[in-house]
Amino acid sequence: MDEHRLDGNAAAGVLAEIFTFEVTTARTACVRCGAAGEIGSQMAYVSEIGTVVRCARCDNALIRVVRQDDGPQRYWLDLKGIEYLQLEERL
Amino acid sequence: MSGGFISRGFRGRRREVEDDVRVPPGQYLVEGFPVLSAGPTPRTPLAVWSFTIEGEVDAPRTWSWEEFRALPSEEITRDIHCVTKWSKLGTTWEGVSVDTLLEEVDTAAAEYVVAFCDGGYTTNLPLEEVTGGKAWVAHTYEGEPLAPEHGGPARLLVPHLYFWKSAKWVRGLRLLTEDEPGFWESLGYHNHGDPWREQRYWGD
Amino acid sequence: MATRGVSSATGVTEMASVPRKLAWRIGEVVETSPDTPRTKSLLLEIPGWEGHRAGQHVDVRLTAEDGYQAERSYSIASAPEDGRVELLVERLDDGEVSPYLTDELRVGDGLELRGPIGGWFAWEAREGGPLLLIAGGSGIAPLMAMIRHRQAVGNDTPVRLLFSSRSYEDVIFREALERLAAEDETLEITYTLTRSAPPGWKGYDRRIDEEMLGEVAFSPGEMPLAFVCGPTPLVEAVATTLVGLGHEPARVKTERFGPTGG
Repeated sequence: MDEHRLDGNAAAGVLAEIFTFEVTTARTACVRCGAAGEIGSQMAYVSEIGTVVRCARCDNALIRVVRQDDGPQRYWLDLKGIEYLQLEERL
Repeated sequence: MSGGFISRGFRGRRREVEDDVRVPPGQYLVEGFPVLSAGPTPRTPLAVWSFTIEGEVDAPRTWSWEEFRALPSEEITRDIHCVTKWSKLGTTWEGVSVDTLLEEVDTAAAEYVVAFCDGGYTTNLPLEEVTGGKAWVAHTYEGEPLAPEHGGPARLLVPHLYFWKSAKWVRGLRLLTEDEPGFWESLGYHNHGDPWREQRYWGD
Repeated sequence: MATRGVSSATGVTEMASVPRKLAWRIGEVVETSPDTPRTKSLLLEIPGWEGHRAGQHVDVRLTAEDGYQAERSYSIASAPEDGRVELLVERLDDGEVSPYLTDELRVGDGLELRGPIGGWFAWEAREGGPLLLIAGGSGIAPLMAMIRHRQAVGNDTPVRLLFSSRSYEDVIFREALERLAAEDETLEITYTLTRSAPPGWKGYDRRIDEEMLGEVAFSPGEMPLAFVCGPTPLVEAVATTLVGLGHEPARVKTERFGPTGG
């Protein structure tokens, strides 16, 4: 049991600062193992240094986010771990 | 960024900064030892663990856990500073100096190192920042074997730089002729990371 | 939320919402009430609140005078139909945020928050069921929103709640749950007490295990939607067991609160 491992839903807050679409229900596929699923069903590691969403099957880093709060608010976003992100409006 | 809203009566869990000169700008002191995770906690059995120095060396050198623990080890007491603003003064460690490990290889051509770890984490440093008594591979914290959540069985310890450079679950150093930004350095965090110059992010 | 008209192929104009970034806002504390010895319920009025889906959470941010900030997530326990937002806070003795919320915050204070967040762990009555809800301690909060939402819209999707608590006194929302169950026979609640039980207690008195789930949960053949929420060890054990019993992994959603709870 890894106590710092949360559900992908836990990354929803910081991702909502960048994306205007709901990200936890977005479908994605891991570039390393091909596993497809919603971001919410992946694993999230959330701390003040950054947020890393990892593949629930192979632990590959799917999405990484760093946020700078002091001074100009800046974000760094790494999406290299995913094949795509399917974002859609909830009806 | 707060839009200016202050929570009435909220102080937070910080300790008073008694010894100002030891606390770099923008930092506060904490009681506990926060754990910040970027991935699952590795659980490498000691029988499988090894530490390797490779890359721009005459020949790679690998130590098993027994061989590593047989090397001369030092007790170190240092202040540590996390880029997320917490600092702890006077933390005590025991570890093998990186100088001791590098004695076994010829590193003439190398100017940089990348520390690589279980779980895939990496961090990069100039070779001169881990030599001359500035860095260790630490296996003991406060007299106890280093806990997995704090990087055990062994982590890199480079206390003069922000603590993300003290890579947890370190398995080796790769020596390079060119710099290679690591896990956080490639995503906004400062390539060097000197807390006294507040080098937290790119452009600082 | 700004809207604009969109003409579809049939020529009918439909209103589509323009997505926008989540922003911090200030809610006003209108009521605080102790629930169990360790928990307190906070009721907030949030100007411009556009509603939420049952299961979603808010991020709460506290700022000290020198700018120091601490942020935590709290599930919304109230039904979307309520209008006001209820948060259930469990006081962690070594916590940084929860003691402020339970001991210091008072009616009339502002609380900075943003939300609603996290559409993946959410349920709407129209999604159907049956609904299998499994909670450990404060993990009941998002599931309470689902139960209240279901009642507010008069939905009769069969629901079974399995709720693990330390003791009878520690059963969060106990009175509200008992009332809801008494009024609605399609809502079945099973409690289990893990540390101590009152004299005469005839219910379960141990941690949730495979045998208990086998007795309480809907069968995999009934294809329930399962939501499991609470401390990480409980959530992982329950989710693994449900899948082992034959439940479809895609129909088991989890919200781990971390080692100690949310």
